[in-house]
Amino acid sequence: MASIDLTDVTLSFGGTRAVDRVSLSMPSGAFFSLLGPSGCGKTTLLRLIAGLERPETGRIALDGQVVAEGRRFVEPGERDLGMVFQSYALWPHMTVAANVAFGLQMRRIPAKDRVAEALAMVGLSHLADRRPHQLSGGQRQRVALARSLAVRPRLILLDEPLANLDAHLRQSMLAEFRRIHRQSGTTFVFVTHDQNEAMAISDLVAVMDAGRLQQVASPQVLFDRPASAMVARFVGAGRTVPVDVLGSRDGHCDLLLAGHRLTLPGDAPPGPGWLCLHARDLALDPAGIPAEATGQRFENGMHMVHALLADAEVDVPSRGPVPPGPIRIAIAGGWVIPREGAAACHLSVAPAQ
Amino acid sequence: MRLFARAADATVIAEAWDSRATWRALENTLTASAGSVVISVVLGTALALALGAFRMRGRVAMTFLALSPLLIPSQIMALAWIELAGMLIPGPNPIYSGTGIALLMGVEHMPLVFIAVRAALKAIPADLVEAARIGGASQGAILRRVILPLCFPACGAGSALAFAAAVGNFGVPALLGIPGRFPMLTTLIYQRLNGFGPSILGQVAVLALLLVALAGAALALRALTLRLAVPVPQGRAFDRPPAPRKVTMAVWAGLVLLMVTPMLALLGTALAPALGVKLSLDTASLSNFAQVAASPTIRRAFVNSLLLSVAAAVISTAIALPFAWLAQVARSRAMRLLDWLADAPFVVPGTVLALAVILTFLPPLPILGVSVYGTPAILLLAYLARFLPLALRPLSAAAASTDPALDEAARIFGAPVRARIARIFAPPVAAPALAGAVLIFMTAFNELTLSALLWSSGNETLGVMIFSLQYEGNSTGAAALSVLSLLLVAGLALVLDRACRGREGVLPWRD
Repeated sequence: MASIDLTDVTLSFGGTRAVDRVSLSMPSGAFFSLLGPSGCGKTTLLRLIAGLERPETGRIALDGQVVAEGRRFVEPGERDLGMVFQSYALWPHMTVAANVAFGLQMRRIPAKDRVAEALAMVGLSHLADRRPHQLSGGQRQRVALARSLAVRPRLILLDEPLANLDAHLRQSMLAEFRRIHRQSGTTFVFVTHDQNEAMAISDLVAVMDAGRLQQVASPQVLFDRPASAMVARFVGAGRTVPVDVLGSRDGHCDLLLAGHRLTLPGDAPPGPGWLCLHARDLALDPAGIPAEATGQRFENGMHMVHALLADAEVDVPSRGPVPPGPIRIAIAGGWVIPREGAAACHLSVAPAQ
Repeated sequence: MRLFARAADATVIAEAWDSRATWRALENTLTASAGSVVISVVLGTALALALGAFRMRGRVAMTFLALSPLLIPSQIMALAWIELAGMLIPGPNPIYSGTGIALLMGVEHMPLVFIAVRAALKAIPADLVEAARIGGASQGAILRRVILPLCFPACGAGSALAFAAAVGNFGVPALLGIPGRFPMLTTLIYQRLNGFGPSILGQVAVLALLLVALAGAALALRALTLRLAVPVPQGRAFDRPPAPRKVTMAVWAGLVLLMVTPMLALLGTALAPALGVKLSLDTASLSNFAQVAASPTIRRAFVNSLLLSVAAAVISTAIALPFAWLAQVARSRAMRLLDWLADAPFVVPGTVLALAVILTFLPPLPILGVSVYGTPAILLLAYLARFLPLALRPLSAAAASTDPALDEAARIFGAPVRARIARIFAPPVAAPALAGAVLIFMTAFNELTLSALLWSSGNETLGVMIFSLQYEGNSTGAAALSVLSLLLVAGLALVLDRACRGREGVLPWRD
């Protein structure tokens, strides 16, 4: 078990900042996810924690012990951690057992029992003498995990470990990860671009975008109270609608949406704001706010109506099909955030390219 | 085919089988080739590891030197080492022996192991190394436990190739083994054929079959090694740490000792005023070069080799281009044929190829009623058979990496085959095709193995000329001619290097 503390960590590749002044604390024993679109710097951040990259500035500490700061740098092998690579990185010339034993041999720990124990934990004891190329994708995944578990590291890093697996295998591996995390008590850091994976499995999720940390919170908080428009849009198929905030009190905001006055949960000063919405917050209602239906899709037994609300796209669940044309929408929930920060963030990503 | 028919005569087999000379040549071939493989593997693997596992300055120059034995024909390499050993060691020259032959063939075929191991090193994905680092392995442990074992199959395959090449080598045993009374299969064939003429073809065919069997066994072993090797997953190549000073120094020392000093010895001999006269700045003279340049026979050989090698290069490329295109369009079947063709020159040693060409073309051609035997045409035919794979290999590799959709898009517009080859396929592969053509030129220009059996008066080639000058005892003349032809080849390599600057993978020494 280990806590991880990053302070102002930066690393650039050829002029672009892959990781940009990231400060972050991960509590010991947590299942922690790094979530973001591809190219957002989450894998680089993981490699920095592993010691496969050196930060240009900033400090990385594991359990309060500084492993990278200025000249000081602790080699990855000295950091007492395990890593599961996206490609699994199993050594093809070694058997499954030899792969798992490698880290133990390097630490001069008698390997036999620990290898058997690690393979038993992932349910692969019967395949110990196979070579990696004789295994299926899911089995390789388990071997990679067993190899990390065998040395009983204080920390296990997982780099998009499910990206190369079938959809149904992904679900069972997720459950497996959760079980093994509970059983081993080790801190897990899990990198993924799939918000469903991250939300399903994590105690805490850090959302990254363009090298910056957007928000660190539990899955529930990320969903209910996103800190930025990027997080709101990335998590749970959220939508953002521009509103004018009139005032706020007790965690609620008064706002104007397309000329209609509403009071919704949120935290924003008076001025331009975003109303972050999920499908569950919306319903068709003859007394609601006017909007324009543009199309629909069938999903989970419901008709999802695509609608334009104050020139922003939203999805409204409906029991029956809805033809294109004017509709009215009732808003039962949502989360209001200020627009300046979000707008600046938005501008920095989009128009330059 | 004819060769096998000749050899199938039972009495001929028995005759050759009983011959002590055959047994001795077979034994010598096996021991010298085995010895040379050990040298090739040690040198090639060490060099590939040093250059492939570390980052160091001057890597292009080092790689060029490591690959230079491919560009330097074996008879010139043998001459150079004869001179070097003669200068360093007093008394009878120890290089005229089985050990000398093994040493030289070892150096000559080292690049085959080097190339194989280097390719395997490059294919090791970074995360296999990173996973070992996270496991706590030191640099040494990573090298020993991860990198080296992953190179073993390539090393085995490379050594099988080196063995097959050694078995078929003619230049080295011809210059060292004939005077040193160490007959090998290739030289025995040459001597028999030279001494008795085509009448002895049957007996010689048995020797040729022995050669094919040895080379074929080596290549079967290679195929087996590659099949048994575990597949290595693909991925980004691993980051190489900077080389320790000691490694860089060792690589330079080894390369200079093995590749540069023999050539300096050769140059020294070429500049010596007469055999045995001590060379110094005062005595150095260009008289050997003048003498070589004045000889009409040598001039004729020079022109012959030039014309033959240009023709071989141009025609090979012209044939290889549509072949490679076929490989791209009709992938699996044509590819297998191409792979097979590309390996053919190793299965069929040059000496055997020459014999087969003699047997096929000795009788008059069916319609024309003339025999090409004794004309330059037979040399050109043999060169084409020998060097076509050199053009095919880079082109088929380039073809395999092009997206077949490019051709399909042209087909959709109704482009005819000719246009698809000329306008879609050829332009992107022009660079490797040109590089292949120049490599053929460089190799064919100094060719000896085929020429030695197929040349006739008036159709001498440069390789034959150097060989016979040395045979007559005119080693200063042989050295001068060698230096001239090497200069030409080196000049071409330099031009090619400049032309391909910034393009990776076109030239073998710029990867």
